[in-house]
Amino acid sequence: MIDGFIALYIFMLAAFTGYEVISRVPVILHTPLMSGSNFVHGIVLVGAMVAMGRANTPLEIAIAFVGVVLAAGNAVGGYVVTERMLEMFKSSKAQPKAKH
Amino acid sequence: MPIGAQTLIQASYFIAAALFIFGLKRMSSPVTARGGIVWAGVGMLVATLITFLWPDMHNYVLMTAAIAIGGIVAWISGKRVAMTNMPQMIALYNGMGGGAAGAIAAVELFAGEAHGVAQLSLGVLGGIIGAVSFAGSLIAFGKLQGLIKRSFRFRGQNYVNLAVLVVTVLVGAIIVLHRGENMSGHVTGLFILALVLGFTMTLPIGGADMPVVISLYNALTGLAVAFEGFVLDNAAMIIAGTVVGSAGTLLTQLMARAMNRSLANVLFSGFGDTGGAAASGPAGTMKPIDAPDVAVMLGFSQKVIIVPGYGMAVAQAQHKVWELAQALIARGVTVKFAIHPVAGRMPGHMNVLLAEAGVPYDLIYDEAEINSEFETADVALIIGANDVVNPVARTDKSSPIYGMPILNADKAKNVIVIKRGQGAGFSGVENALFYLDHTRMLYGDGQAKVAELVQAVKQL
Repeated sequence: MIDGFIALYIFMLAAFTGYEVISRVPVILHTPLMSGSNFVHGIVLVGAMVAMGRANTPLEIAIAFVGVVLAAGNAVGGYVVTERMLEMFKSSKAQPKAKH
Repeated sequence: MPIGAQTLIQASYFIAAALFIFGLKRMSSPVTARGGIVWAGVGMLVATLITFLWPDMHNYVLMTAAIAIGGIVAWISGKRVAMTNMPQMIALYNGMGGGAAGAIAAVELFAGEAHGVAQLSLGVLGGIIGAVSFAGSLIAFGKLQGLIKRSFRFRGQNYVNLAVLVVTVLVGAIIVLHRGENMSGHVTGLFILALVLGFTMTLPIGGADMPVVISLYNALTGLAVAFEGFVLDNAAMIIAGTVVGSAGTLLTQLMARAMNRSLANVLFSGFGDTGGAAASGPAGTMKPIDAPDVAVMLGFSQKVIIVPGYGMAVAQAQHKVWELAQALIARGVTVKFAIHPVAGRMPGHMNVLLAEAGVPYDLIYDEAEINSEFETADVALIIGANDVVNPVARTDKSSPIYGMPILNADKAKNVIVIKRGQGAGFSGVENALFYLDHTRMLYGDGQAKVAELVQAVKQL
């Protein structure tokens, strides 16, 4: 379905996109952004699921099982920690009722 | 194969890919960042659920169980982890992604299904990269978590690693050349070699350099995911993986630059924790001061710049520091926070820790923004920071931190340093700032001392 040069084009455009999207990111967001991009490659989960769905021998199934566990950990863990960090970023203008 | 399901799957992957890019874009500004991760999360959820409709699949029960196990464990650990331990947690989750990419490659290679040479090559390459990233991230986690204390180095280490890399690639090439045949033995060997390479590449790298390494493995995992996407004909994986691969590479470069290191230098020289480069101590003495005197100094200032370092986070003093800042702001003092790019265990880590304490991000300035302002500040209050304010980095060519961009805290009219005791910083270099005539040392536990300051300032 995706073959040859089409795949190459997708690869090239996606590479430029990744570079451009974060090229002007402030340092204060480096850690959350690394975590966020870490979450995005958690999409490996769908690949691991497909690989597992097609696995036949016990060995293949076992490896695929580990793959799906790891991938789900990547996706869920990446989301949880990124969300926790970003939730804390607040502007002084946006918090009229401070706790103290 | 039902056409409807295929179309639905492809459409959901398309939406997921678009949401990932949109989400990452929003994550690059503090105002929209929170929404960014939520959008990306929606994309992930849609793609995952729709994948269950993939035609001709089996093992659904095990698959669901695997998702539940991985998801629940990660959910709980992610909710519980302390903000100070965030860098190693990111390393761990990243390693899991790399491992998953490696597992996909392993399944495809063991199954030995007929792929084209290009697809098979990418599959092998993605498997190697994924396994290296998996093993390397585990080491990074172990080091930052304090499980692996020392760095393992021996002469010619780089050559050994190079040799392992070459052999790994050769085995991969053999597998590609013999496609269609049963190559189980070679496949097993390939993954063992790649795991060993990940371990031996990462073990010599010191703890201080780990953030750069984690960022690099993050980019590599992205690349591995993209390569496996080619094998599985999965556009969402190709796009998301490639975007992370390039964004992660850029991020790695930014971090290395902030630390005044090149990536090659981080990977192959093994500095990071050499420390103990006992340069001759600066002239002069450290002059102690008491909390009440500091409070008076702060309370009657026009402008105070607070320079927090990782020591502040270790002492869990960030909440007290924000309380102090609020007390000063209430008195009409201008308070700004100056953060060095490598403060904390990862660039931006200190911002996360301050945000946790409730410090608004618009009071926080990075080195480039605030360095010219120290001259107009009455007090620079340094809490748990050391190397990043050491003026030696500007002057002493023999110092290991020479050339590193630093915060010009020494230019402030008065410098107050809150410090547990006398001693050198993370790099093992003596700090000339502490010996300056207009510097005073407030010794003690960060949290306790700042609490005293808060009380004293409120009583002024």
